[in-house]
Amino acid sequence: MQRRSFLQGTLAGSAVAVAIGAGLLHPRQVLAAWPKSAFEAKSVQDAMASMYGTAESTPSGDITIKAPDIAENGAVVPVSITTTLPDVTDIGIIAEKNGTPLSANFKMAANAKGYVSTRIKMGKTSSIIAIVVAGGKTYSARKEVKVTIGGCGG
Amino acid sequence: MAKSSIRARARLKGDTTTVKALITHKMETGLRKDKKTGKLIPAHFIQEVTCQHNGNTVVLAQWGPAISKNPYLSFQFTGAAAGDTVSISWVDNKGEKDSTSTKIK
Repeated sequence: MQRRSFLQGTLAGSAVAVAIGAGLLHPRQVLAAWPKSAFEAKSVQDAMASMYGTAESTPSGDITIKAPDIAENGAVVPVSITTTLPDVTDIGIIAEKNGTPLSANFKMAANAKGYVSTRIKMGKTSSIIAIVVAGGKTYSARKEVKVTIGGCGG
Repeated sequence: MAKSSIRARARLKGDTTTVKALITHKMETGLRKDKKTGKLIPAHFIQEVTCQHNGNTVVLAQWGPAISKNPYLSFQFTGAAAGDTVSISWVDNKGEKDSTSTKIK
């Protein structure tokens, strides 16, 4: 629990610094060490708590996940996330049933639009959860993707 | 290293610049086994991709091993003009790195 509150503190700190607008990326660059514990977390809750300081998120209709309904090859699943939420600072991609669910996180500067697109590996059929941190709040959306051939190890 | 591992393209339309990049990298998860020896292939994947416009970071991608082999990345941003420089650099878990830059068209 202590670690969790520590992370919350640092995240809140960076949000404030960004809000001030002075040197947009300085506080983030300090924080930007690769979040090993978040990427190694075995559950969605742990990954979110480690990455975003909270396991809670508000479902939002302003987040669109573009991904195939059925992915034939789990090693290459194209995922695009678009959001119209203002003040986006982070966009995360989580594959719910992967061994380590957190696939990617994108830290967005103020002039970046709420859009990222990449390709991820999925071990089996599961939901893709898109996390968007906007204005200090954590929002999410999900989309189910059926995977016929898994793409993690094997 | 004659050829960069990154192919990037940036295109301006209206006030929005769309950047698309392809990186050549094997993105090994560390979970796969070598078929001949039965031993695990050590993890080797890109951890961070920094995307900059005229020296300012626009998007910092933090990746785990679950990003596909030969990763594709696309994002959009505003406030750029044609001819500006977009640079993309990555670093992986073994400390290897590469970067490239392209002009916005």
